[in-house]
Amino acid sequence: MEPERPGTIERAQPAAAGTVTEHAFGEPTGIRRLGFLLRWDTALAVTLVVVAVLGTQISSQFLSSYNIFTLCTNIGDLAIMALPMTLIIITGEIDLSVASILALSAELLGYLWMHHWPMALIFVVVLGAGTVAGAINGLLITRVGLPSLAVTIGTLTLYRGLANVVLGPNTVSNFPTPFSNLGVSGFLGIQWLSWSVAIFVVLAIGFGVVLRMTPLGRSLYAIGNNQEAAFHAGIRVKRIKLGLFVLSGFVCAAVGMLYAFELSSAGENIGIGFELQVITIVLLGGVSIFGGTGTILGVALAAFVYAGLRSALLLTSSFNENDFQVVSGGLLILSVLIPNGPSFVQRVRELAGRRRLRGEALARPGGSSEAGVSG
Amino acid sequence: MSPDANSNSGRVLELDHATKAFAGVHALEDVSLELRAGEAHALVGENGAGKSTLVKILGGVHQPDTGALRIGGRQVVLAGPAEARDLGIAVIYQEPTLFPDLSVAENVFIGRQPLGRGRRIDRRAMETTLNEIFERLGVRLDPERIARGLSIAEQQLVEIAKALSHEAKVVIMDEPTAALSPVEVKRLFNVVATLRAHGTAVLFISHRLGEVFEICQRVTVLRDGRLVFSQGIEGLSPDDLVRAMVGRDVLVDAHEAHQVGDRVLEVDRLTREGVFLDVSFEVRAGEVVALAGLVGAGRSEVARAIFGIDRYDAGSVKVSGRALRRGSPTAAMTAGIGFVPEDRRQQGLVMELSIARNIALASLRRLTRVGLLSGRTERSFAADWAQRLQVKYRRITSPVTFLSGGNQQKVVLAKWLSRKPALLIVDEPTRGIDIGTKAEVHRLIASLARDGVAVLMISSELPEVLSVADRILVMHEGRLAAELTHDQATEEAIVAAATGQRSANGKPEGISL
Amino acid sequence: MSATTQSSPMLAPANPRRLVDLVLRVRTFGIVGVLALFVLITTALEPRFLGAGNIRFILSETSLYALVAVGETLVVLTRNVDLSVGSVVGLSAYVSANMFQQHHGIPIPVVFLVGLGIGLACGITTGVITAIGRVPSLVVTLAMLYIIRGVDTIIVGSGQVVANALPQSFINIFHATILGIPDLALAVAVVVAVAAYYLRSFRSGRDLYAIGSDPAAARLAGIPIAKRVFAAFVLSGAIAGLGGVVWATQYNTIDATAATGLELQVIAAVVVGGVAIFGGSGSVVGAALGALLLQTISSALNVLGVASIWTEAIAGFLLLVAITLDRMIQLRLSEALRKRRVHLGA
Repeated sequence: MEPERPGTIERAQPAAAGTVTEHAFGEPTGIRRLGFLLRWDTALAVTLVVVAVLGTQISSQFLSSYNIFTLCTNIGDLAIMALPMTLIIITGEIDLSVASILALSAELLGYLWMHHWPMALIFVVVLGAGTVAGAINGLLITRVGLPSLAVTIGTLTLYRGLANVVLGPNTVSNFPTPFSNLGVSGFLGIQWLSWSVAIFVVLAIGFGVVLRMTPLGRSLYAIGNNQEAAFHAGIRVKRIKLGLFVLSGFVCAAVGMLYAFELSSAGENIGIGFELQVITIVLLGGVSIFGGTGTILGVALAAFVYAGLRSALLLTSSFNENDFQVVSGGLLILSVLIPNGPSFVQRVRELAGRRRLRGEALARPGGSSEAGVSG
Repeated sequence: MSPDANSNSGRVLELDHATKAFAGVHALEDVSLELRAGEAHALVGENGAGKSTLVKILGGVHQPDTGALRIGGRQVVLAGPAEARDLGIAVIYQEPTLFPDLSVAENVFIGRQPLGRGRRIDRRAMETTLNEIFERLGVRLDPERIARGLSIAEQQLVEIAKALSHEAKVVIMDEPTAALSPVEVKRLFNVVATLRAHGTAVLFISHRLGEVFEICQRVTVLRDGRLVFSQGIEGLSPDDLVRAMVGRDVLVDAHEAHQVGDRVLEVDRLTREGVFLDVSFEVRAGEVVALAGLVGAGRSEVARAIFGIDRYDAGSVKVSGRALRRGSPTAAMTAGIGFVPEDRRQQGLVMELSIARNIALASLRRLTRVGLLSGRTERSFAADWAQRLQVKYRRITSPVTFLSGGNQQKVVLAKWLSRKPALLIVDEPTRGIDIGTKAEVHRLIASLARDGVAVLMISSELPEVLSVADRILVMHEGRLAAELTHDQATEEAIVAAATGQRSANGKPEGISL
Repeated sequence: MSATTQSSPMLAPANPRRLVDLVLRVRTFGIVGVLALFVLITTALEPRFLGAGNIRFILSETSLYALVAVGETLVVLTRNVDLSVGSVVGLSAYVSANMFQQHHGIPIPVVFLVGLGIGLACGITTGVITAIGRVPSLVVTLAMLYIIRGVDTIIVGSGQVVANALPQSFINIFHATILGIPDLALAVAVVVAVAAYYLRSFRSGRDLYAIGSDPAAARLAGIPIAKRVFAAFVLSGAIAGLGGVVWATQYNTIDATAATGLELQVIAAVVVGGVAIFGGSGSVVGAALGALLLQTISSALNVLGVASIWTEAIAGFLLLVAITLDRMIQLRLSEALRKRRVHLGA
């Protein structure tokens, strides 16, 4: 990043398009965001309860061990990926390549297993590949200074392409039992808790503590709100962002393996569309796409609301996966419209007020002025 | 530039008994202002006096709660900035916002490009009209040139051209000279003269009273949202204005001689290609060293290079005898350097974060226990330092954006002082803050020096430099041109060195290095 | 009294302008350069590449992407992004093609209108939410991508449109040529020309650049941002709707997965074509050329015997190369501008 002297029109590179601090439309002010966020988490918690209640109304099986387990397997992997994504979005960046890294690692796993590599070595290689993939993202963004939206669109394509090359049209499904059981047996014998969700909970606590109670966490919020000022306060912006993307790559590679084991297969088009679901969960969790706000708790709650809602709706006979796509899209829009609600109303009022004032100015040049809305 | 008799008594703009309150707090109370054609009218007052609210009302951003605005005798209601512009009021803000990707011509005419056949843009007409305007202003800028990379002075000219293209009857300039070199200021004053000759009324807001007396015929002083007086400038002295602005006499010299300690900062032949060359100096504990010079002379760049924000190509920096790694603010901070940047809002503070978080931002690691950091620790730490610097705030958890400029600057200072630095670099310590807080900051710097802190101060305000600094280093076009002690220094000497002039005997003014 | 001074802090007028203009020209025509280079090398290795048949093929394949890229460019110029174009194309493709299945003998122009209408509806919805709700377009269009695809899947159900349900005259549109150049390519070229002209010569077109260049300044300048951005999304949707019909003529068999992932390819074309991802600069011509370049490379790889399995990876790689190069050029430019200014003692 090259902070230019004030006075020239060069600007420091903003974050991803659509997430710039100087958006085409004014963003909600920080104050409103912060105050609202506390209520966002509560709203999510309430929604979760509502969803649970609705679910049991729809089907007595909703809270059954089996259903909860299914719900867990559906959401666990996405939720784990949402954790580094949350940190990345808080700093004002975005990572669209997460699903492609997942796919690459899953296919790499399949390929190496097909060639009889020992599993321990495979782990190292695959996690290493994910780390490298994340590092490429991070370096292009921090060293070359490219916008993360553009970079991760490119790497999304690149990594998915490489994934397809690795395994081609083949599918590998003969994973050894302890691993292939990850998708069917409960965590440490707890029937309703999937391994993925158990891992998620542990990681979420870790991420949450880091975000809320460490200098690194504070730094992330500072970077997301004003990268330049954070830099001037001695925060190592580039190093942190690079680290986040590397972390994301590592985590997604790990999830890739986990997912392949859960499905007991690694093949073409694995994880297609996951990045969008992950981002949906993060945004539903109250993390602002502009950066600078958001909590792990919110994201965790959002993940379960998302999963619960999907499960509940699917249990009704009239809903299927596709219908749920529409619902999740709608939720996403609501999640950004609601915080903007009050300012939306104000803007409508402003527009009406301006029109009225203009009308007056034209009609009665001799009249007294009226108190208008502040600019 | 003597006030000439070009002003006719035509009243271009009249604001009568305007009042404006925000959330119960009065920003303006019963303020009246009259702008006459062909006249330059100064608006002075401390920050918080209501100048910016007044400008916003005239610019159509706010509507007054009570009071009337008349333009050319006719009462008007400004529903927004567009209406203000249409009625002939143009505001040129301190940091002009142009479109970097559009040409100068498009910047001037955006939204109202002259149309040819079929409502298509007539580019030739655009260029011709713009060239005429530039001709009128006596400046040369290429209309087709992309706005990216224009200097602030050039950006202002584009804004003025924009104002003229709107047939502005009133041009309001908000602190226009803050970031200009003396040459550019001269050019701007010529432009103001041209505007006046054409019958335009100019409202000139500035903290630089010397300039006010140079180009303005009338002056309005605001204090605490009220009008103190509005009258011709003849017969007034700068002290009269200051007294009216502040309500009391202000001490000028905050300087006192004291002991100086060991070398804290040693800069040796620092060079950054195209920016500064062979800069060498030292700052000792307890010393206040000022870096003076024109905008663009390289002062802030040197400071940023020392602190590690920018890199440098050659030379070295030593802090307390130890070599300092280049390009790493973290290393600089560990070595005991604090850096208060020039741009408070963009670089000094994270506006959306609370006062507490801003103050703690440079001390995060120190506040942790077992790697964890609690909000309570943060808040009490911040409250302690806020109190020491007498920051006026309501709650330590409210965002800094709610504070006044002066208090915001104190927050930045608190952030760095809480690290107990050995060397504090301050870039424009009192820019954009009111006179009262200015004096506080000067006293603070003096007391820091008394406590043995080395202070490197960059300032464009000569009175400040003359009163606060023990030694003054003057930079000119990237090089150190002169070094003056407090007793040797005069405004003339500094300006002479800053503009590269040599004294009668051929040597540069003051002691050259 | 003239205010110009001899050692003026201003730059000599010609230099920076020439430099900036030169660089801009390099950016736009750099694509042409790379394109030419690619074509030359590939043809040298495999003469078949420049054969009439292959050129026709490349132009036909490019048409859809170039068309949708025009609409996407309008949006990206304003510092927004439209991720829903793929879903719009898919929905429009199915519904319009299905018209033939449902209403035998329906005139082809009507089908185009249906596609256009669907695109308009989607664009209007997205535009309203983004422009009036003042919601970041990344999120809205991401959501619309979901919603429209979901609606599409619901409508399609388990069905699909099969080739033999379409009239031959419709299918022929894709293959028709004039003087050896595909009709579609010509039509798209006309659309590009019209869009380019509009962006250059009309106030509302220039407003789009202003909005992307500095949204705050645009607001101060009185530009009706909401109206313009709304219009950009409506146009993007409408064009994508038309693109859906083009898809139908091209692929003939359409199910619920039609055009999945198209938006990424279109954005890649737009970025490769020199449109800044943050808006404010770039051209529709560039975007169309970007689409052409990507298609040419894909074809070249094919002709050179590179397994098609590598296409996606290479496309991603190329996008990264394109934006990296672009950024390098930009950095050099600002460096040069800075050095010049200081030398003259500003």
